[in-house]
Amino acid sequence: MSKTIPRATVRSAPRTQVPRGLGRRLFVVVYFMLLLLPIYWMINMSLKPNREILGGLTFYPHELTFDNYRTIFTDPTWYMGYVNSLIYVGMNTVMSLLIALPAAYAFSRFHFLGANHLFFWLLTNRMAPAAVFLLPFFQLYQNIGLYDTHLAVALAHLLFNVPLAVWILEGFMSGVPREIDETAAVDGYSFPRFFLTIFLPLIRSGIGVTAFFCFMFSWVELLLARTLTSVAAKPIAATMTRTVSASGMDWGLLAAAGVLTIIPGALVIYFVRNHIAKGFALGRV
Amino acid sequence: MKTTNHRAWLLVLPVVISVAFSAILPLITVINYSVQDIFGPFQRVFVGGEWFRDTLRDSELRGAFFRNLLFSAEVLLLEIPLGVAVALALPAKGWRASLSLVLVALPLLIPWNVVGTIWQIFGRADIGLGGFFLNNTLGLNYNYTNDPFDAWMTVLVMDIWHWTPLVVLLCYAGLRAIPEAYYQAARIDAAKPWAIFRYIQLPRLRGVLLIALLLRFMDSFLIYTEPFVVTGGGPGNATTFLSIYLSKLAVGQFDLGPAAAFSLIYFLIIQIFCFIFYTMILNLGKGPAR
Repeated sequence: MSKTIPRATVRSAPRTQVPRGLGRRLFVVVYFMLLLLPIYWMINMSLKPNREILGGLTFYPHELTFDNYRTIFTDPTWYMGYVNSLIYVGMNTVMSLLIALPAAYAFSRFHFLGANHLFFWLLTNRMAPAAVFLLPFFQLYQNIGLYDTHLAVALAHLLFNVPLAVWILEGFMSGVPREIDETAAVDGYSFPRFFLTIFLPLIRSGIGVTAFFCFMFSWVELLLARTLTSVAAKPIAATMTRTVSASGMDWGLLAAAGVLTIIPGALVIYFVRNHIAKGFALGRV
Repeated sequence: MKTTNHRAWLLVLPVVISVAFSAILPLITVINYSVQDIFGPFQRVFVGGEWFRDTLRDSELRGAFFRNLLFSAEVLLLEIPLGVAVALALPAKGWRASLSLVLVALPLLIPWNVVGTIWQIFGRADIGLGGFFLNNTLGLNYNYTNDPFDAWMTVLVMDIWHWTPLVVLLCYAGLRAIPEAYYQAARIDAAKPWAIFRYIQLPRLRGVLLIALLLRFMDSFLIYTEPFVVTGGGPGNATTFLSIYLSKLAVGQFDLGPAAAFSLIYFLIIQIFCFIFYTMILNLGKGPAR
């Protein structure tokens, strides 16, 4: 691989190092400021009463209030939205991992009939336009009696999370040398015991990263989650449409609910940050 | 080398069953709709390929298609280079790296309709910081609900804000996987930063860039929730992308037959594009370079 480094650029004349770090740091700081600006604005708004929001532009809450948050934490129709979302997202993440792990192992270790086609087919399931597929989904889950359950949403989200999980895990698994499998077999480990006690700990990072992506895509998806539920498993994103009432938009409440949807995800990324930094090997591509 | 073992299908079977359950049954239903004229639950007439012919002739649909294609092209051209640049500039280790990763990932973790809401608020001239700044400080006449150009730019900037972090995260992870020895070799050769990027970093990012490109293409071509919340497809048809047009047809007018025919064609277009990207990039790396 090192042959790709051009030899022609060798010039041993000493060059003074331009402080490249400064421009780079400035770029990062500006990027983060632009990134955080809309979020800052939403947090700012969530701490104001509607009177102040509509009264004029203020850069920090002059009439600081936590009423918007209090409403959400005391009204079951609000906080149950978060609980419902967390339940089906959690179920989906666990199911995606359990289903994808053996398949990713198969893709990374074996040639089998139709492997490449199967892989592309899995990927195509992310591409179905939701608008028309919603009605068949609704009919399907109603016919099997799962409509308005957490399980229905978790199962439906497998459609796009399982292919992604297989894709990411397969990359990590391909980075583990095959000799380890063979040595374990020689040492008399059965396959399940080898897989659980030796192989899985080796790809811890991969499992962390995969769990993060599954959590993320399930947490942010709205159309399917809203279509497959009505009351008992209604996700928070659907509850948020309630803030449009006869008296106009309740902007403060909407902003507070929005702020609260960021927190679970931020916690998850905090826990997997080191695994992400370790990198994906992504062997297939 | 990989060993050939067809019993590996047993390991793949759970994936096939779980995905097929949610993929194939609805797909069959949609195909069923696409060849019928549906008046009610029990009143339907077989019409053959009529909806497909209509769909291909629909000029409004063609407008939405080219609008969406332009949008996806803009998204890819802006987000991929920006994402690579940010990933290169982020600190590599220490608490700064952890903090950067958490901050970068924030927009990705916000439900899509909330993203729409954030920008709907942010862009308003009366209560939003962005709209206020453009109108009162810069003196522009910015209004995303009236002006087609402003609406387009709002949706585009929102998408860049929302999805560039995905490209950053993938590239960042890819960059961390490059062995230190490569950089040492480059230092011995006194390679300039550009040469390091072009001959070491970029080739090693091929895999993650493929994922980023495919995911961004699919999602921008299917974009629905965010522009729907912000502009509702307007003003006029300015931000009516394919999915928005499709759901107007399916939900608004309850024209299930044409909508189903349309979504099958739509599905096919996306698959063709992704297949082209997929094989193109796979071959790019396995070409004469080796």
